[in-house]
Amino acid sequence: MSHFDWLSELLARYQDEHILVRRGAATALAPAHLLEIDPEDWGRAAQVAAGYACRWAGVWAEQRDAELMVTAALARDGDHLLLRTQVPLSTPLLPSHTQYYPGADRMERHVQNMHGLVFSDHPDPRRWSRHNRWAADSYPLRKEFAVGSAPLPAAPEQDYPFIQTQGAGAYEIPVGPVHAGIIEPGHFRFQAVGETVLNLEQRLGYVHKGIEKIAEGRDAQGLARLAGRVSGDSTVHYAWSACMAMERAAHLAVPPRAQALRAVLAERERIHNHLGDIGAICNDVAFTFAWQQFARLRELWLRDNAACFGHRMLMDCIVPGGLATDPSAAQIAQLRAAIDPLRRELAALYPILDDHPSLEDRLATTGVLSAEQAQRLGCLGYVGKASGQDHDLRRDHPYAPYDRLHVSSPLFTTGDVAARMQVRMQEILDSLELLVVLLDTLPDGAVQVPWQAPAAGSEGIGLVEGWRGEILSYVRFGSDGRIARYFPRDPSWFNWPALELLIHGNIVPDFPVCNKSVNGSYSGHDL
Amino acid sequence: MLRILNKIRQTGLITEDLPREPVLEQVGAQLRAGIARQFQGSLAIRQVDAGSCNACELEIHALNNGYYDIERFGVHFVASPRHADVLLVTGPVSVHMETALLRTWEATPAPKLVIAAGDCAACGGEFGCSYASRGAVSNVIPVDAVIPGCPPTPLALMQGILQALQTS
Ligand code: SF4
Repeated sequence: MSHFDWLSELLARYQDEHILVRRGAATALAPAHLLEIDPEDWGRAAQVAAGYACRWAGVWAEQRDAELMVTAALARDGDHLLLRTQVPLSTPLLPSHTQYYPGADRMERHVQNMHGLVFSDHPDPRRWSRHNRWAADSYPLRKEFAVGSAPLPAAPEQDYPFIQTQGAGAYEIPVGPVHAGIIEPGHFRFQAVGETVLNLEQRLGYVHKGIEKIAEGRDAQGLARLAGRVSGDSTVHYAWSACMAMERAAHLAVPPRAQALRAVLAERERIHNHLGDIGAICNDVAFTFAWQQFARLRELWLRDNAACFGHRMLMDCIVPGGLATDPSAAQIAQLRAAIDPLRRELAALYPILDDHPSLEDRLATTGVLSAEQAQRLGCLGYVGKASGQDHDLRRDHPYAPYDRLHVSSPLFTTGDVAARMQVRMQEILDSLELLVVLLDTLPDGAVQVPWQAPAAGSEGIGLVEGWRGEILSYVRFGSDGRIARYFPRDPSWFNWPALELLIHGNIVPDFPVCNKSVNGSYSGHDL
Repeated sequence: MLRILNKIRQTGLITEDLPREPVLEQVGAQLRAGIARQFQGSLAIRQVDAGSCNACELEIHALNNGYYDIERFGVHFVASPRHADVLLVTGPVSVHMETALLRTWEATPAPKLVIAAGDCAACGGEFGCSYASRGAVSNVIPVDAVIPGCPPTPLALMQGILQALQTS
């Protein structure tokens, strides 16, 4: 099967629906395919795509003089199709995609809050990223909004109209934004009867740091540093995705050794996060043995990161044009030597997890997300793979160096906490397999080429399979090699709403383990 | 069950001595003494993410793994600020977390120590001050000590907590 062999059928359907498509710049954002359409066709274009098994993968806008340029991403079989249109700032109106794609709900409200673009038939009129600290009629990503604008006076986020429940015995539990553990802040509103959760509503946006705005005007190196801090647990994948977008915009080829080492960093990041999550899931059902064992393995893994790349979390290792440092032969050997001991440890630990009765009792059939729900939301990563959504960019649309590797990806259909843990367990083994090949066939040569800023207006897209799922980054350059627009889309945008669904009918005390099994990024989502 | 016990036996005790640095050993001893003197042997920390990128949290978590096992010094993390002696705050303070941070600080009984952990908490870091970020924690609540690093390693966090006590 070759890439985009589904596209002609979609274009034929667009033609049947009289959706006018301009293909002038189709390859400007390769490997994605770009289509320009009229604003009035925006909603129907999504409707047709939804009927043709395309998944919805994001929307972002940018002010261009007196217009807003809006781009939405759709995907099928690992190929990304970008729809683009322009609306005048004087009447910034566009049909919403949410009725065809429920996963679009929050991101459209984000665009609405940040740019003042109104999705006219959006089913939810409430604000999302704005928490009453900037005025309802000012929009941080508009050009006239100064990055240093003083916030409105501090006030608690009290007037957000949560869904209400009424009836005998129904009660509410508000949780957060400051949570009981060492985790990120966000607000959860439960409605329960007895121990059973009737409804959960999330209110996020507490760690909104203005990342999209402060990215403007940075140079390429500065953007890579910022990207590495959008969601710190995914620093490698964010930096890779941003650099990939910039390098594509600049038509810069990264040396093969750097490509291979980027994948080494990425698979190491996947492994340390999965190790941590497996332990934490077990800890949330009081199986502390596993928590301590997996925390131990993770610590050893991070120490190897520090020894070989100079940073435990691998921050700032990926830079525009390649890698910041080139590990020595001895360091490569150390990374290679760490693989078999970890495999042996896992071979001893996995059977314990697999047939420990108290784990099975708490994890199996808990927090079930059906395949249909996951598909409608466009769930990614282990959340999708546990519920029958077989997406993995490394296999479906491989980028270097995965194009020369065999990537396998686990798939489960039970959609419960146990399945989300099992995806992680299998992915660790698969990543170790990839690391063996990557380290044994590591090309020689340079790890960096000098960065050359592209001409003003150049744009690029970066797509990588992070440990939480696909990360999409869009970059457009302004003059002097400065960033005009950066938008990174975290997979958590689609996985957070899944948590609201999968908790239905579960007991309140199972919320922590359900939440951990999804492990959405607050920072990556709140931007 | 036997497998579990076997694995525990094979793993043995992994908790490490602090590096053989005279300064740190001294601080380690002083920490225990300081916690004994000032906090009856038990120091309760409430961690507050006020806008971090979440990597600082990963390293704070690591303090509880077997290698560092910070509880052996009498340091433990608590769920409520009302039980806390110390607030360990990470991140630049996002404007949206400002009120929550202030309320958490107000809910913490005096005397209370505030430690700003990580470059963001210390000075705003990569995010600085903007419409969405108040930058350093000290722009919002009084700070007693800062721990630099992006993120600070578990060892740096331990040292920082020890030193914060020493200077308090
Ligand atoms: S100091 Fe670094 S690791 Fe910590 S929150 Fe800031 S950017 Fe993230």
